[in-house]
Order: sequence, then C-alpha cells, then structure tokens
Amino acid sequence: MKRFAELYAAIDGTTRTNEKIAALAAYLAEAPPEDRLWTVALFSGRRPRRTITATTLREWAAERAGLPLWLLEESYAVAGDLAETIALILPPPTRESDHSLTHWITHVRHLATLDEVTRKVGIFAAWDSLALPERFLLTKLLTGGFRVGISQTLTIRALSQATGQPVTDLTHRLMGNWTPDKTTWDMLIDAKTQTDLSQPYPFYLAYALEDPTDLGDPAQWFAERKWDGIRGQFILRDQTHHVWSRGEDLITNRFPELAQLADYLPQGTVIDGEILAFDANRPLPFADLQKRIGRKTVPKKLLTEAPVILMAYDLLENHGQDIRPLPFAIRRERLNTLCAAIPPSAPLRLSPAVPFTTTVDLARERSASRDLGAEGLMLKRLDSPYLTGRKRGDWWKWKVDPLTVDAVMIYAQAGHGRRANLYTDYTFAVRDGNALVPFTKAYSGLTDAEFTEITNWVRKNTLQRFGPVRQVPPELVFEIAFEGIRASPRHKSGIALRFPRMARWRHDKPSSEINTLDDLRQLLKIQG
Amino acid sequence: MADVLTFTDRGIYCPAGEFHIDPWCPVARALLTHGHSDHARPGMDSYLSTDIAAPVIRYRLGDIRIDTIRYGEVRQIGGAQISFHPAGHVPGSAQIRVEVAGQVWVVSGDYKTEADGLSTPFEPVRCHVFISECTFGLPMFRWPAQDALRDQINRWWAANAADGRFSLLGSYALGKAQRLLTLLDPTIGPILTHGAIEATNAVLRAQGITLPPTEQVVQGTDLKSRTGALILCPPGAPATPWANRFGSSSTAYASGWMTLRGIRRRRGADMGFVLSDHADWEGLNSAIRATGAERVYVTHGYTATYRRWLEEHGYDARIVSTAFEGEAADPTESA
Repeated sequence: MKRFAELYAAIDGTTRTNEKIAALAAYLAEAPPEDRLWTVALFSGRRPRRTITATTLREWAAERAGLPLWLLEESYAVAGDLAETIALILPPPTRESDHSLTHWITHVRHLATLDEVTRKVGIFAAWDSLALPERFLLTKLLTGGFRVGISQTLTIRALSQATGQPVTDLTHRLMGNWTPDKTTWDMLIDAKTQTDLSQPYPFYLAYALEDPTDLGDPAQWFAERKWDGIRGQFILRDQTHHVWSRGEDLITNRFPELAQLADYLPQGTVIDGEILAFDANRPLPFADLQKRIGRKTVPKKLLTEAPVILMAYDLLENHGQDIRPLPFAIRRERLNTLCAAIPPSAPLRLSPAVPFTTTVDLARERSASRDLGAEGLMLKRLDSPYLTGRKRGDWWKWKVDPLTVDAVMIYAQAGHGRRANLYTDYTFAVRDGNALVPFTKAYSGLTDAEFTEITNWVRKNTLQRFGPVRQVPPELVFEIAFEGIRASPRHKSGIALRFPRMARWRHDKPSSEINTLDDLRQLLKIQG
Repeated sequence: MADVLTFTDRGIYCPAGEFHIDPWCPVARALLTHGHSDHARPGMDSYLSTDIAAPVIRYRLGDIRIDTIRYGEVRQIGGAQISFHPAGHVPGSAQIRVEVAGQVWVVSGDYKTEADGLSTPFEPVRCHVFISECTFGLPMFRWPAQDALRDQINRWWAANAADGRFSLLGSYALGKAQRLLTLLDPTIGPILTHGAIEATNAVLRAQGITLPPTEQVVQGTDLKSRTGALILCPPGAPATPWANRFGSSSTAYASGWMTLRGIRRRRGADMGFVLSDHADWEGLNSAIRATGAERVYVTHGYTATYRRWLEEHGYDARIVSTAFEGEAADPTESA
C-alpha cells in the first residue's frame, strides 16, 4: 500500500502529463501483478463495491477521533472530500504495516460479509495501522468514490510504456466489464486472444468544428444528423446481444426492445449508433429518454410511452470481422445492406445521409437541426477508418449554437475536490414581475480567476446561510447557455434546462435587465 | 463591571488606557502584537511593540513614532496595566496582557505553540478573558513534527538539485521565510532570495538574529553557475514573469493550508509543505486551556465552528469580526 500511496502522491502532486505517465509506467513495470491489475481497474473506474454507507463511516470516524459528528461535517465542508477529512481527523496510527494494495482491497471486501460490530473493529484496526496517505486511500476505497488525477487515456499510455503494447490494442482490451476477480494480468494484458464476447470497441469521438471551410473539398465528406440520445454500441455475437453506452455501462436490460434485433442481424455484428426515444418518424425529446436512463428494468407503460430505437451510424464488426480499418464509405455501405434487410417495424434505422454540395448547404442544414430533434451535424471523411478515442481531422461535430438567457445569481455553494473552499456552484434566477424565480444551477464555464473573484465577493456579501449554501444579493449577472429546455412540474419555475453552464459573466448588465420567466416560457413553446 | 477591552470599528480598544491593539484605522495610540500587515497598519500617532518586533515594523511603516517594551515588562497606561508575552508566531510577536481593576484580558495576536528555534517560544498567560485567533480551528489541522518537515523539504531540494533544476519555495517574507532558512541544509546548494525576503532578512540580521548566508537574485545574477539552488520567494512570485528566468524548476509552497489536498492542487505547485506560523487544532485547544480563561473571543478563521466547540466545552465563547479576512481560508493569507 505504501508503494501505491507513493504512486498516488506522485500523480496527484504534479500537473505535468508526462510525469504522471512516467510515475504510473514505473509502477506498472514493477508492482506485483495483482496490484497492477487492481491499479488499472481503479484508474479505469472499476472500484470495489461500497461496503459501508458514508453516513456510518462518518459516525465511526467521529467516534474514533473522539469528536462530535457536527465537527466532522464542518471539516468535511472545508476539505471537500470525506475520505481526506476522515484521514486527517483520526488520531495518528499506533502500528506500522506494509500490506499490499490487493491485501487491503480484499480486507475491505471481506468486511462486507461480516456483522456490523466486527466490521467496525476491522475498520478501526485498518485506520490504526496506516499512515496518513495510505489511510486516505483506504478510506477512499471504503467510500466507493475512488478518483485519481489521471485519465483513462493517460493510464493506457502508461500501460503502453510499461508493456510495449500499442495504445489502440490496450484501449480495446480494457473495454467492457472485466473486473480483477474475473481475470488476471496475463489474461487481460498479455493473452493473444480475447474470449469476452460482450467486449465493445473503443468509441471514436469527434472534436467540435469551428469553421466549415476547414473541411476542404466537400466532396470528400459525408454528413448526417448528430442525434441527441445515448451514444451506444449494439453487439451480437454467438446468439447473445449486449448494449453498451459510451460511458462503458452495460445497458442491455434497460432497452429490452432492442433484443429483437438479434433475430434479424447476422452473428458477429457490432453497430455504433444512437439510442433514441422515437415515435413514428421523429425522435422524442431527450427528456423522454431520460425517464428510462436511471432504470434497471422498464415498466410496460414506459415502454409504450417512450419506445427506443437504435439510430445506426457505423458498422464496426461484420460477420465476426473487425472492419474498423476499412474506409467509412465502405462500412456505411455494408451498414446500409444490413439495415435494408430488416423489417421497418424493427427498432433499427439507418441514420439518414444529409445531402449537400457546398458548405453553405451544410450551414443551412445545421440551422434546421433543432426542428428535427437533432443537436447539429456530424461530418465524416469518406475514407476515414474508425479510430479510437477523440481524434482531430477525420470526424467533426458541428453543433447548433446553444440557447442562452441572462440570469442573476442568488445562491452560491462551495465545490468539492479541487474546488473545495471556492464558491463555484450557483443557483440562478430570472425575473417574474418584481419577484425572482430560481430556474437552474450551473457549475462550469468560468475561469479559475473568475471563480476566485466571485468567491471573495460571496464571502463579503452573504445575506444568509443555509448549511453550506449562501444567499447573496441578486447582483451578479451571467449569460447561461444550455442545449435544451423542457417543462418540469417538479421545479418552481416549471422548466428544466439541459446542460446549463455559464457562457460568460455579464459585467455590463445590471440585474434589472435580465430575462424573465415569460421569456423562458416563450422559449419552451418554441424549442420544448 | 465594565469590559477591559471593547471591539470597535477601528479594532480592539481599551477605554481605561485609551489605546487600541492592532487597529486598522488611524488612532492616537496603537499597541502592536507583531509586524504582519494585517496587524501593523500605517497612520497611528504612536506605536508600542516589543523591542524584537520594532525593527521590522519600522522598516515596513517608515517614519513612525514607536516605543518598545521587553517581554514581561509591566507598564501603566492610564488606568490599565499592560505587558507583552511571547506568542511564538514570528520573531518579536507578542500576546498583550491588559489588567484593569484586577480583571485580566489577553489578546493573543497570531500565535503558535510549537517552538521553532527562531521566535521566542509561546508562553501561556493566565487570564479571565482570552481573545484568541483560530485561523486553523478545525481538527484536520495537525502540524507534522518540525524534524520530519525539515527532511521532507531538504529531500525535495536535493532531488531537484540532482536533476539540475531550481527549487522555488514560496513563503511569507516575515517569519516563515526565516524559519525555512533555519531548516534548509546549505550543503545541498546555494540559497537565493527574492528582494522582498532579502530585505526582511537584512533587518533581522542587523538586530542580531542568526540566519544562514543568502544571496538576493538581481538583474545580473549568474544563474547558470547556481543551477540547483533553492530560491526563497513570496507566495505570489512563482506565478509571475519574475520566475521565468529560472527555466527548469520545481515549485513548492510552505503553509498550513497545504494540509488540504484541494488547496494544494489548486495552487498548482509540485509540492506543498505543511508549515504554519499559527497554532494547529491541538495547539489552540491547549493554549486556551492553559489560560484558565472562562470567556474566550475567537477571531480570524473558522470562528463559528470553533466557538461552538468551545461552548460545548463549557466556555463562554464569542466571535469578534475583523476588517481582515472575515472568514476562512484564502490560501494566499499569511498562514
């Protein structure tokens, strides 16, 4: 665990990408295989299941530290990280130990099988034998919220340095639902063949296009709609189908209607597409799909209210063969053939091509996006292979401009982690006559310098505190950008926004000139 | 019975002696706990500080009328009897004891209970009412032993020097910078300073405080021949163009706030050393216990939280607000 804590400190302690990669590569080259496996698992978001609730953990930590619970809560509000707070307030360790990372993870998981009293004893013993950095990490594992300052992409680059294997191969190997229990380092990283039939391919992601003239000769390009649903992969291999989201969640059971595709498609098919709530010939608003996202199983009513289809973008595997290196035009042709052989009632559609000859045509098509329930256009070079991850050049997304309103900040709350102690989470209001009606929160879009300036302002201008939330005078005006708007009876304003963020701080605008609730209702009528 | 000290919009005031303590607006007579800029403001008709603190105050405030007093020396000012006692915060820093008609109040100023080998060590003073800072009044703040810290800092410097990199160490010019100087191992390499720090070094050396040799970075300094040196500079300096001249370097900050990972990461430093001139949680609690006070006023820092903690332990605890830093934790504060 000491070695792992050093690795964590090295990654956490630097902002330089190369140093992070070097530290991880060195660790992966020398740590015991089971620790390596767990490290890659943790760094790619595969953490052991939480064995104790955060509430219980707080109570036990306060008890062990001999402090009232409220004081732990106050400390947590300042540190912005529960595991860190706990590690800091506990008394110094009385013993030394240097068990491996795997040992401690096994210990934590074993606790789950024990009764509460024994569990508590086990956790106190662990806290008592670990120095601050290791204790912090163990507590992170207990809270189930293990995150580290290195992305999966960098993890894979480090893994590539340590093993000499190409990044694209490793990216593919690490996809899917492997866990350290179900595999070994050798099987995952070194084995020649893959045996996991559910394993998806890494998604190819596009950068945003700034200027369509950057595309060059329009004849080299294909355009289609950028649909607003869940990007996913449909996999059919050996009579079994799987559906993966781009976030690498296995979502097969959430969308049971897609099961029937297994009857029509050949074995060894992998389709990249967008899962959309769809009615007749038109996508339903994202809000309808959202109702289904949080559910593991779907009630019948919802299946009829918000049926889904797969809008097919691309074909990655055809008759068991990985065809990602083939040009897009050929993959699209094969996808076309597959889709044409399927009855129209089946929940699969080919994402229609958007015909164009000039970039002026493209701009016109883009501006029609919202009316068609799309977010913008996707542009794909006809000869492009299906790459891994976000790459520039062959694919672009060209989204419609966001909707915007000017609103005033009325509440502020401190953030977590890197933003602990900074007021970064704001609630905004629009006018309704003489009243202010809160309608959205937003957390992003400003620079660090602006957040610091606003934090100082919030501290000096707090009107009232409600726990961690501070009410401030309605003076600071921001332009709020968002992707969509819908009616929401749960909210006081009656509306809810999609992806709200702060587009800019309107120093030039007094709060008397912000938008009104009627403006929002008008937008809802047009866009909702 | 009237209060010995009152809290006014100019700062802490003693009606019986007609003087203020660490006032932030011009007054006739100011008693200063120490020379940090949030305690020593310009514009007072006359000042009183310890003899050890006076040179820096004079250097910072320029042409002022200042009288000095030794630790433990008792003086009568009007109807009040006053004396200054070591606070252990920076050289010459004091707690100020004020006694009127048998009632004793003590103003802590900023204080640190751990002896640092540079400042006169903190001494608890018995009193009825204690006015205590609580900058780090949360149980998460527990300072590491100075020896462990010394090793940590020198290891970081030595590793950078071995890689041919400069070590930029950000710290406050008065107190913390000199304390760091006493911790650095000069056999690792040369110690360079930013002008703001060297000026304070000069004042302290002139009054007889021993510090290791340092060299101020100036326009013509030959940095090539000093590769691997450690540069002591104000906390803001590493992020300014001034630091560009060092090329390949590693940056670290020394502050109590470096306890917190979020703040450490936000500063974007390669290293954060947990080194503070203030009392940690245990330091505050033990200092307050040792005064024997029944009433405690808290100021600077997590006042609401710390007051509640004191109340739960049977104290009559109250909050004093100051013109400086209404609350917690801006990491740029001198801490």
